Amino acid sequence: MTPNPYLWLVPILPLAGAAINGFFGRGSSKRAISTIALVFCGAAFAMALFLAAGFSSASAPYSCHLAHWIRSGSFQVDFSFYLDQLSLVMLLVVTGVGFLIHIYSVGYMWDDDGYYRFMSYLNLFMFFMLTLVLAKNYLVMFIGWEGVGLASYLLIGYWFTKDSAAAAGKKAFIVNRIGDFGFLIALFLMIKHFGSLDFTRVFAAVRTLPTETTGAGLLTAIGLLLMVGAAGKSAQIPLYVWLPDAMEGPTPVSALIHAATMVTAGVYMVARSSAIFERAPMAMMVVAIVGTLTALFAATIGIAQTDIKKVLAYSTVSQLGYMFMACGVGAFSAGIFHLMTHAFFKGLLFLAAGSVIHGVGGEQDMRKMGGLRQYMPWTFATMGIATLAIAGIPPFAGFWSKDEILWKAYSSPNGSWVYWLIGVLTAFITSFYMFRLMYMTFGGEYRGTVTAPETHGHDAHGHDAHDHGHGEPHESPGVILGPLAVLALLSVIGGFVGYGNWFEHFLAPVFQAGGEVSQAAAHEGGTALEYLLMGVSISVAGLGWLLAYFLYSRRPQLPARIAAALGGLYQAVVHKYYVDELYAVLFVKPLIDGSTTILWHGIDQGVIDATANNTATAAREVSDSLRHMQSGNLRSYAGWVAAGGAVVIAYMVWMGTR
Amino acid sequence: MVPLSYYLVLSGILFVCGVLGFLIKRNIITIFMSIELMLNGVNLSFVAFAAQWHALSGQVFVFFVMVVAAAEAAVGLAIIIAVYRTRETLNVDRVNLLKL
Repeated sequence: MTPNPYLWLVPILPLAGAAINGFFGRGSSKRAISTIALVFCGAAFAMALFLAAGFSSASAPYSCHLAHWIRSGSFQVDFSFYLDQLSLVMLLVVTGVGFLIHIYSVGYMWDDDGYYRFMSYLNLFMFFMLTLVLAKNYLVMFIGWEGVGLASYLLIGYWFTKDSAAAAGKKAFIVNRIGDFGFLIALFLMIKHFGSLDFTRVFAAVRTLPTETTGAGLLTAIGLLLMVGAAGKSAQIPLYVWLPDAMEGPTPVSALIHAATMVTAGVYMVARSSAIFERAPMAMMVVAIVGTLTALFAATIGIAQTDIKKVLAYSTVSQLGYMFMACGVGAFSAGIFHLMTHAFFKGLLFLAAGSVIHGVGGEQDMRKMGGLRQYMPWTFATMGIATLAIAGIPPFAGFWSKDEILWKAYSSPNGSWVYWLIGVLTAFITSFYMFRLMYMTFGGEYRGTVTAPETHGHDAHGHDAHDHGHGEPHESPGVILGPLAVLALLSVIGGFVGYGNWFEHFLAPVFQAGGEVSQAAAHEGGTALEYLLMGVSISVAGLGWLLAYFLYSRRPQLPARIAAALGGLYQAVVHKYYVDELYAVLFVKPLIDGSTTILWHGIDQGVIDATANNTATAAREVSDSLRHMQSGNLRSYAGWVAAGGAVVIAYMVWMGTR
Repeated sequence: MVPLSYYLVLSGILFVCGVLGFLIKRNIITIFMSIELMLNGVNLSFVAFAAQWHALSGQVFVFFVMVVAAAEAAVGLAIIIAVYRTRETLNVDRVNLLKL
């Protein structure tokens, strides 16, 4: 492990930007705010590139000890950072995509009144996210983990005067709390049994333990609890419900936090804890099953959504499911690979969707779009590339990573053809709903109203619409298209790092430190089979495209007829399988009712308040009767004294005569 | 020789007179005099017992009581004069400024 004195600068730089903009941004010009936000975020990216340039496997991993934190006997937690191949990938993705989205935000949020606030929050998010990925122990990671949750809450509820946005922010925060609860207990278990939270020390202790095949043991418990945390942060069943609602936030936020970086933190955490999971096969199986089911489940919901951002949100949940599927079958590097490519193409999809929303004056309903290809050629081109990437069409980025996951799901010792089959089915659905989105948005004729609406929808900007004087869709400015172009380039070439398993070999030191990852055996399965499965996944992607083309371009009346024919099933999908309603009945309402009747009216008002109030009432009533003795009449007092004396004398006489 | 019980009965009568006077009268000076009457009732029982038991301490105690009573009379009369100057009355029922 090589000490690196510069590592701590990477997270601190965005924090400085957030502090400057947060404290002094209110009165500053937008130009100054943009400069500060971009310079500090860009500096972090530059630092990351600098670190990457000097990174070599020989000297890795780097570590940086910043300060002592908790020193209690043999238990120590320090503020220290750590950079190995895994964190380097995350570092580059977070700073790179983050910097692009910062640039995009300058254009996208320029006309918003809270511009300084937005940029400050974005920088704050970068700080916490970098703390998360660079942490050297679980507790520092937890700081970042909670911090990104805070930033997410602030940014989802950024338009806090809108009730739905404020509610969505709260929902995200509270659902994440459930996951954090699991994460925290996992940390407590580590402290109790390993006496440390430092990655290297915990994993060293874990490696002395045997593999738990029965599914009942310490490592399985830790693994499952970590997965609870990951399911909260990364929106997996059953805690995925917050992510679609999080689309209430501004679109750059959806791209940065709820697609590219923060929601992948759970995947990163599971991959980082690979040493624990490898010795807990039952926990791995749960991860794989949860991931697989989430991938399919969310994808089916995505089919019937009409809000462009909601489609992408469910798509994100679905793709995160793929990553967990990969981690669950032991293919951690494939999961991280997909995490990286997903950050490119899903970030791009969201930014392009933002550009579309911007172009049509704040409309998010795809039924009111259409025909935008001629108005917004650049947005169309970049979004098309991202769609090809996510659908898994070669040679775009998503193809490489998704194919890697599907192959590992089939061939890995922990894998099974069931995972593969569901994965392929999901790939088909993914391809279908993404091309559906493209055809509905860019194909056909424009279905929106051309006169400029005075009231703008969700991501309202107004500025451009007013400048044009009419509501005709228009292409976005260069500051928005620039990041789109860069991400489109990455979505095209980003997958080639997986060529010849280069990416897997790069990450191998992290995941094979335990010496137990049996990926080598998987590759003996024969390349013929691998190419066959690859062919299947490419053809289902093509089929999905064809189906979407047929339904939404050739026969646009057909989808409505199919929906009518399906009736209840279609309604269930449109209403997201009524999961929110189910949770409301199962958890939210009993909690509210129980809190109201038992805790509030029963215990708080009935016991706690009543004790205080009744004590006071009793004291008042007793005093009320006693105060009549205090008449203020001197002779009545003397009478009481004389009477008292008489009683005492009578008592003594009586005692004396007994 | 007069028996002890005579003194004690007289002492009791004096004390009860004092108590009744204190309770019934409204004039501060009369009340004050009633207090002196109670003190002297007690003094009488002290000296009676002292003579009976040939113990000097009772006599001494009476001197103390008389000294304190004299001091009390001096201070008490001064207070009464002060009260009369401000309130222009000696009726205790009307001296009630401290009452709520």
